[in-house]
Amino acid sequence: MSIIEFRQTSKHFGPLKVLDHVDLSIDEGEVVVLIGPSGSGKSTLLRCINGLETITGGDLIVDGLSVTGGKKQLREIRQEAGMVFQQFNLFPQLTALENVAFGPRKVRNLSKEQAEEVAIDLLDKVGLAEKAGHYPAELSGGQQQRVAIARALAVKPKVMLFDEPTSALDPELKQEVLNVMRQLATEGMTMVVVTHEMNFAKQVGTRLIFMEHGKIAVDGHPREVIDTPPNDRMKDFLQHVE
Amino acid sequence: METDWSVIFDYLPALLAGAKTTVYITILGLVGGMVLGTLAGLMRAYGGWLLNAIAFVYIEAIRGTPIVVQVMFLYFALPVLADIRIDPMSAAILAIVVNAGAYIAEIVRGAFLSISKGLTEAGLAIGLPHWKVLLYIVGPLAFRRLIPPLGNQFIVSLKDTSLFIVIGVGELTRTGQEIMASNFRAVEIWTAVAIIYLIMTGTLTLILRVTEKRMKIL
Ligand SMILES: Nc1ncnc2c1ncn2[C@@H]1O[C@H](COP(=O)(O)OP(=O)(O)OP(=O)(O)O)[C@@H](O)[C@H]1O
Ligand SMILES: [Mg+2]
Repeated sequence: MSIIEFRQTSKHFGPLKVLDHVDLSIDEGEVVVLIGPSGSGKSTLLRCINGLETITGGDLIVDGLSVTGGKKQLREIRQEAGMVFQQFNLFPQLTALENVAFGPRKVRNLSKEQAEEVAIDLLDKVGLAEKAGHYPAELSGGQQQRVAIARALAVKPKVMLFDEPTSALDPELKQEVLNVMRQLATEGMTMVVVTHEMNFAKQVGTRLIFMEHGKIAVDGHPREVIDTPPNDRMKDFLQHVE
Repeated sequence: METDWSVIFDYLPALLAGAKTTVYITILGLVGGMVLGTLAGLMRAYGGWLLNAIAFVYIEAIRGTPIVVQVMFLYFALPVLADIRIDPMSAAILAIVVNAGAYIAEIVRGAFLSISKGLTEAGLAIGLPHWKVLLYIVGPLAFRRLIPPLGNQFIVSLKDTSLFIVIGVGELTRTGQEIMASNFRAVEIWTAVAIIYLIMTGTLTLILRVTEKRMKIL
């Protein structure tokens, strides 16, 4: 059953057409890797799923709910679709534990104790239980991003959206984040990941989408389409990334 | 006439009473100004076009006119226009509310908008309504950045109360003026008045420094 369904979805920024009648259906358990040149609409596609961008044409259904269904429905969708940002965006005035407990407390309305229990478990899962009391400024980039993943998971989403989660990290810190994502995928989490990490795409992805000018240009199995790109522009693009 | 500092002591009780009035006007005015300013600032930052326009007109009208004109308007023109009579003291307090409110609105707006958009998105992305994101995340961060410019505004407003001499409110400057008129001891009295102002603004500065130190700016 599809958990995300783009139906002729378009997105304009004023006169600029960024998503052009996209049709895309993502099933539960899929790990979709999204690649494409800068400006092709990858972030926008991702941000339409949780309503951070408002679609301007067609429809987009997430877990049975349309993103055009009003504020309350949008909040429900956001609880089902967690997001991890390139710049981490941890709340700087809160500790790692408080960052992760924030969603359970303020969104799921758990008590402080219950929320912290959830948070500790998740920090443990991303390997940062001993950093619970640290503020974001006291953590490395890789650690911050792992806390951000835990924060998103804490609301118990069915889908996780990643927008270049390792692009702001030094090479030696990328791996610890990718490992957490790999583990999530093994557990069966549905994921949509914008990334330039082709090894991750091949090893973890179940599906690869190459975007171009707001359209899906290639949609296939990661290993197959990366090893033998079906069109020249994707071939060019892959050469630039490698 | 020789300078004789001891006359200050004769008039100290009167001057301190004036200072008390100054503090009273300032505190009430700033409490109101904070409420009005926060409201107008949030309207500017997050309101739809109508709320935004209302706040914009208010802020520009106040920032574009002198506070003396504002208090004169409240005290002399409002009764004619709207048939509302107000006493000098209320006019003075209201003038600070309205005047400080406009400047505080700009401070509040700036502080809120200076908080990275990514944090708001992170809050929205876990399913919080926008107002909760403002209340729990952006607000506390903005508050830390609010303190230094707010402190400046507090000091400006405190000194602005001296202009209410024009409607005859018995604050510190007016009290000094009245004493002067009876004994012509300009040097002594105006020195004393200046020092009392310095003590008041100095205390404010000190409180702000301490608050600033205790709050990390993030
Ligand atoms: N808020 C916005 N207002 C106006 N234009 C925007 C906005 N956000 C994105 N765009 C434009 O939409 C187009 C697609 O942007 P998007 O961020 O989706 O691209 P991307 O594929 O994620 O690129 P990158 O690899 O650089 O992150 C770009 O031309 C961008 O300038
Ligand atoms: Mg992008």
